Amino acid sequence: MTKQVQQLDRVIIRFAGDSGDGMQLTGDRFTAETAEFGNDLSTLPNFPAEIRAPAGTLPGVSSFQLHFADHDILTPGDAPNVLVAMNPAALKANLGDLPRGADIIANIDEFTKRNLQKVGYDANPLENDALAEWRVHPVALTSLTVKALENFEISKKDAERAKNMFALGLLSWLYHRPVEATVKFLESKFAKKPDIAKANIAAFNAGWNYGETTEAFSVSYEIKPAKLAPGVYRNIAGNQALAYGLIAASVQAKLPLFLGSYPITPASDILHELSKHKRFDVRTFQAEDEIAGVGAALGASFGGALGVTTTSGPGVALKAETVGLAVMTELPLILVDVQRAGPSTGMPTKTEQTDLLMAMFGRNGESPVPIVAPSTPSDCFHAAIEAARIALKYRTPVMLLSDGYLANGSEPWKLPEIDDLPDISVDFATEPNGEDGKTFLPYKRDPETLARPWAVPGTPGIEHRIGGIEKADGSGNISYDPNNHDLMVRLRQAKVDGIDVPDLEVDDPAGDARVLVLGWGSTYGPIAAAVRRVRKAGGKVAQAHLRHLNPLPANTGDVLRAYDKVLLPEINLGQLALLLRARFLVDVISYNRVRGLPFKAEELAGVIQDVIDSD
Amino acid sequence: MTETLNGKGLALVPKTDAKQTLKDFKSDQEVRWCPGCGDYAILAAVQSFLPELGLRRENIVFVSGIGCSSRFPYYLNTYGFHSIHGRAPAIATGLAASRPDLSVWVITGDGDALSIGGNHLIHALRRNVNLNVLLFNNRIYGLTKGQYSPTSEVGKITKSTPMGSLDKPFNPISLAIGAEASFVGRTIDSDRKHLQSVLREAAAHRGTSLVEIYQNCNIFNDNAFEPLKDPALRDDITLRLEHGQPIVSAIKAVRRRADGTLEVVDRASVDESEIVVHDAHNPDPSLAFALSRLDEPWFAHVPIGVFRSVQRPSYDEEMAAQVDRATTERGAGRLSDLLMSGDTWRIS
Ligand SMILES: Cc1ncc(C[n+]2csc(CCOP(=O)(O)OP(=O)(O)O)c2C)c(N)n1
Ligand code: SF4
Ligand SMILES: [Mg+2]
Repeated sequence: MTKQVQQLDRVIIRFAGDSGDGMQLTGDRFTAETAEFGNDLSTLPNFPAEIRAPAGTLPGVSSFQLHFADHDILTPGDAPNVLVAMNPAALKANLGDLPRGADIIANIDEFTKRNLQKVGYDANPLENDALAEWRVHPVALTSLTVKALENFEISKKDAERAKNMFALGLLSWLYHRPVEATVKFLESKFAKKPDIAKANIAAFNAGWNYGETTEAFSVSYEIKPAKLAPGVYRNIAGNQALAYGLIAASVQAKLPLFLGSYPITPASDILHELSKHKRFDVRTFQAEDEIAGVGAALGASFGGALGVTTTSGPGVALKAETVGLAVMTELPLILVDVQRAGPSTGMPTKTEQTDLLMAMFGRNGESPVPIVAPSTPSDCFHAAIEAARIALKYRTPVMLLSDGYLANGSEPWKLPEIDDLPDISVDFATEPNGEDGKTFLPYKRDPETLARPWAVPGTPGIEHRIGGIEKADGSGNISYDPNNHDLMVRLRQAKVDGIDVPDLEVDDPAGDARVLVLGWGSTYGPIAAAVRRVRKAGGKVAQAHLRHLNPLPANTGDVLRAYDKVLLPEINLGQLALLLRARFLVDVISYNRVRGLPFKAEELAGVIQDVIDSD
Repeated sequence: MTETLNGKGLALVPKTDAKQTLKDFKSDQEVRWCPGCGDYAILAAVQSFLPELGLRRENIVFVSGIGCSSRFPYYLNTYGFHSIHGRAPAIATGLAASRPDLSVWVITGDGDALSIGGNHLIHALRRNVNLNVLLFNNRIYGLTKGQYSPTSEVGKITKSTPMGSLDKPFNPISLAIGAEASFVGRTIDSDRKHLQSVLREAAAHRGTSLVEIYQNCNIFNDNAFEPLKDPALRDDITLRLEHGQPIVSAIKAVRRRADGTLEVVDRASVDESEIVVHDAHNPDPSLAFALSRLDEPWFAHVPIGVFRSVQRPSYDEEMAAQVDRATTERGAGRLSDLLMSGDTWRIS
């Protein structure tokens, strides 16, 4: 039987199963194959915080969504075209997101009476017309896998566990993915257990062959490679890009990197990644808590290292007092906040933009801290370098606001030319700077940047003491003088206000849009995708995206005032909106959803259109 | 590296040939403790001790938390970092772990070290970063004007405990030994010679050394250690610990009971051979711990000196060794290789 091949321009697949089913791995591999094939892509993992929620239950469902296309895309996609459901819970948990007509590949072996009851199905939806709106492909994934592995010397349990590779093989056939890299991957992943490696490869091949031979799938699909800018690409997730960015920053600053950190979802992977790269003169310190993590990083900065601490919201709360100390002692420090749903423990694996005001104001006293927010997973690399540049040049703690969506989402990344990366090295103080040529004034500022000298222990002739008590301007001696305090408060503020950040760029191809949609951080992809849709439908809308939240680009006010309406979608209750209204007296229109999930492009397109149409 | 540095606390810190005196270590800042405060004596002892180390002054750093005692770094002409309440061990850990060429000293109080900063202290001790922690124990919160502290005796009447404090105090020596400290000592502000002898051993120790210094706060807890200073009493109740020497005071001796526990007995009543000989280097911490418990009932007899001094690799050395190993095994990192690691593809 020759099978039909159909051309598509893009597909959104969601792999869903129990947390123990290996859906993240399956998604990662399909992503790697897709990247290698040359499609543009964007991914969205979604998993429970529990390591092993009760098997077969709704809270235990873990999923991985992948959007890939023959053109450049901006988001992991709103609604899947294909759902792979490894059990009834995975079907039930994801059905609400499936548009009519989408394909469902369901593992019928798991649709047992017991599993159905666990999630409240009275009858098997694969056997009645409950799923009539969709195209259902029941596949006996478990038993087909076990059968394919009959002759392997492995336990039945191990054979069953390979069913995700069977599913991956089937999907790889369905979408014409290259398979060699996955075979190699399995060989190396299970290098210590060759039997398991062979079995997984066999299951993967069996899945492919099943697609090829069964009549259940009569059509396969081709999605041409995307025409991306020439260059060398790799796929990268936000946390990995951020870790690489920190290493690059230390190389470009010619300083050793010191990371003090305490594990917390979704930031831990940065600690894991950096701890693998000690040969870059990277020291990683897993501290006893977040306070010690930032304390050690600040101590290392005092000693002349690039001090970094990584955490999520609850950890930022704990670090606040030490960040204040860094503001006072004017030492470089990078604090990475991979935001997650709060308050308190909130929803650790879900994304949010709710820490902006904490980053701005969450310390005692007048305590200004620059804030940089990456916009896509790969942008985390460049944002980390930018945060380091500001920290080093201005001797200040800097907040880098990533989030769960960027941290775990991935996209193809065109590798930068190393030579194009900025030189962010700075000089240490080497000698007395007082008028008499003998005294050292640790708080004598650079007239242009207002930064104080960075004088590291080990340098003779400039021994000095710093600390959290207010300093006399210049000498740095303890001072309770009222006017001096007022001056120092203003100087610290002026230093941050004067940081050189690039102007805000506006994208408005038509040039006569009256509505501006503004965003910051990880909402870039969904907003840009929504803007495309609106423009395609004939709507006029301008787009701008803030990377620097403190200080804001100098032209921000002018940009805001240049439009009749400014729409500001945020995954919080309007935190940037509050800042902009206060600062520029511009009444931006907030659009807020705080569901722990990124915006959908379609949803935002509707909101933008409504704003355009109103009045 | 690990073996060679054991016992050489300052081996990696550059030395100076220049002759140093106490004056070299005095900063130009006016000292602002209350007149009569025990902190003065400790400062003078430290200032006159530092020249003895022969280190380059710029390679010495004092890091402190918050409290009266934590003002200490301002008065020394070295590098200094007066940080925030309780966090000095954490800050010093980052500094010492990334700069083995520095001699790093932590100055902390009983509230700073054992209350707000208790977690950092115990973790610094178990990690064994190359730090010298000087814990000024005045058994009171001085800076905040006299509340009871985690080392105050039960029933302490203070501003915050008008009917007496309820909580059992920490014994800092027992706590440190329980926290896997490799060096634990105790000394007293009024005995400069003894204080300096303990500092000398602490400085020579590679790893974290904890030195508890009994310090008089004459404003809020005056005479807290009076029995140890009273000429009529002190020699009788002070058990001076010296490695390899029998543990005795002028009139008392430490003996082992049949069940293995320690007791303090009339020195004249025991044969010399029955007296416990101090072994600070014993890997087993039980003797050191048992000695730390001898100061109850309070001031009947008090051991001072080095309770425990054992050698084990320090955290900073091992951290540096991992960096070295990663670099020799796989070569120094190159950014382009890092970016190209993993699956890449070219679009032309
Ligand atoms: C976060 C924080 N909490 C409370 C204080 C107030 N405070 C300053 S010092 C201190 C206690 C100091 O006692 P101790 O460490 O024994 O030092 P001493 O003054 O006795 O030398 C307290 C509670 C503070 N500075 N910071
Ligand atoms: S309050 Fe006590 S500890 Fe503080 S300076 Fe005065 S005497 Fe010393
Ligand atoms: Mg005290």
